[in-house]
Amino acid sequence: MSAHAPFRVDDSGTGPDSLIALRLAGFLATLRDNGFVVGPREGEDAATLIASGHAERPALLRSAFKHLFASRKAEWDRFDGIFDAFWLGKRVRSRSMIAGAQKPADSPSLKTLRDGRMERGGTQALDQAPSLDDAPESGGGEGRMEGASQAQNVADIDFRKLNDPDQVAQAHAAAARLAQAMRTRLTRRDLARHRGPRLDLRRTIHANISRGGVPIELMRRRRKDKPLRLVVLLDASGSMSLYTGVFVRFIHGVLDEFREAEAFLFHTQLAHVSDAMKERDPARALDRLAMMAQGAGGGTRIGLCLQTFNRWHAARVIHSRTCVMIVSDGYETGDAKLLGREMAQLAKRCRRIVWLNPMMGWEGYTPEAAGIKAALPHIDLYAPAHTLRSLQALEPYLAKL
Amino acid sequence: MTRDEIAERLAAAGYIADRELATALSLMQMLRRPLLLEGEAGVGKTEVAKALAALYETELIRLQCYEGLDQPAALYEWNYQRQLLAIQAHQGQSGADIENRIFSEKYLLERPLLAAIRRATPPVLLIDEIDRADDEFEAFLLELLSDFQVSIPELGTVTADSIPYVVLTSNGTRELSDALRRRCLYHYVDYPDVDREARIIMARIAGIGASLAVQIARMVDSIRKEDLRKVPGVAETLDWAAALVGLDVRDLHDAPDLVHETLMCLIKTREDKARFKPEVTAKLLGKVA
Repeated sequence: MSAHAPFRVDDSGTGPDSLIALRLAGFLATLRDNGFVVGPREGEDAATLIASGHAERPALLRSAFKHLFASRKAEWDRFDGIFDAFWLGKRVRSRSMIAGAQKPADSPSLKTLRDGRMERGGTQALDQAPSLDDAPESGGGEGRMEGASQAQNVADIDFRKLNDPDQVAQAHAAAARLAQAMRTRLTRRDLARHRGPRLDLRRTIHANISRGGVPIELMRRRRKDKPLRLVVLLDASGSMSLYTGVFVRFIHGVLDEFREAEAFLFHTQLAHVSDAMKERDPARALDRLAMMAQGAGGGTRIGLCLQTFNRWHAARVIHSRTCVMIVSDGYETGDAKLLGREMAQLAKRCRRIVWLNPMMGWEGYTPEAAGIKAALPHIDLYAPAHTLRSLQALEPYLAKL
Repeated sequence: MTRDEIAERLAAAGYIADRELATALSLMQMLRRPLLLEGEAGVGKTEVAKALAALYETELIRLQCYEGLDQPAALYEWNYQRQLLAIQAHQGQSGADIENRIFSEKYLLERPLLAAIRRATPPVLLIDEIDRADDEFEAFLLELLSDFQVSIPELGTVTADSIPYVVLTSNGTRELSDALRRRCLYHYVDYPDVDREARIIMARIAGIGASLAVQIARMVDSIRKEDLRKVPGVAETLDWAAALVGLDVRDLHDAPDLVHETLMCLIKTREDKARFKPEVTAKLLGKVA
């Protein structure tokens, strides 16, 4: 634990200095547990600070450490609580975790997601009938045929009817693959469309120095390509619970592959989940997500969440080539008028708004929910998203942006 | 310099700092790390660097970042035109002579980053709106900030004569890399509270009365609490205060109409303008004692 904290310890090794060094090492470990990135240099600088008399007043030390260890707004805000809990023994605010605290516990939120994953994972042997297990694995020709046709089917099955864990796994994998494929194709088309740059005189002269400055080879000013950015807002409310699993997986794939993508999750409030989604292992991403989506499964206040988004996140995550993708069934439990207003705001900011509604694929569905009615005028593409095939159908549209 | 000395000298330079910022600046001096300032637009991030330069009585070198900013524009560039002229003017001399001539100091165009590491006394280097620059530039900057040396192939390596005080600012239009964040001390600049804002107004606007300054600060504070699309920053407050002083207002309550009409200094979008009807202004004004 103290390996990362090279302090000067006094000769006896038992003096107050070494005590402080130990304490400090503990504090660094606590910070790491809380998601701070703390390297050996920070440890060294912290020791310098203590040695230079900052430790005499707690408030001064806290402020100094805060500047040293925090590196973003979220950490800046949480730091005081962690500091007080460790050094002053005050109780930490409920949200932050302290050293050795439990791992992300089971939460009622997104329970369906976690269940799906668990079944695929360790508990498989217990839960499943053996017949299911050996069907794809036994090498018989029939088994293979069946496997292949099943894979074919998965593309067309409504997500909510996927209940066999194998199928769920397949759908998840397909969603991830789809996201990958979209990324490569979208970027290539982007390059192919490029045209019409202006001359760059300075660079032309530079490039032609070897010809005595005669501009034979012309350099052109290239506008840097802004990669298409995808911002996904995923509804994680109760009414969507059957779909969130697949979409989370899809979004995970998208975030992994698109260099510029952001993800938000909303139910009664909005949560920024890009960081959790960037976890390479999808299962761990789901774990972290489950923690962040606390309170999911209740109603949806889309309008309110969009308002939060417009107000606090839009300026940062939306630029001129941004497509906002909202995945929701449009059941607004809050004020539908607010939703309309916020959609209008959002439409002004971004290039395109795509609204994916899983329920559109149901037979006889008409957009009658007040929420979706209010939002419709501002949406550029309103599409079903209940099967993998319908997700696939989106790609050409995105490519045109 | 201790924290309190720094706060005092900043105040003398016209920048009213809170205690945390003073701590940050004293750490900057002690640990020689760059300082990363984040915060909403208009809270006075750039001003920190200016005040820092005044504090150390040193030069302020500013690099404004923008999309597509590259190394030649930020670090150094040869003056190609002059080099070409020199080659033509000295035709007939030996190649080595010409080479020595055109790859000398005289033909080197110093850009902000090179300038910052070649000063004899440490200047303040302000790298403004780093979030607007591209990822590649950020990576390059990271290297420069850790070594403070630049290699120019034709001249050799330039090592910093003095380590500049580096201040980076970001508006959060793009997420910065963890590596850059880790290199820096971090300070989040918030909107000042009423008391500090009043002191800022008094420090900046000559001839303003203390009571008017407090009134303005309170008014702006309550305007910030309204649900606005664009929240007014400190610069806007100062504009408004200057406008009111220019119009000879002594007390906000004396001239409610004038107050409403000059709100254009603070409110800058059509939606917000539409929301701020005279009654709203009057209501807020009523709260300002």
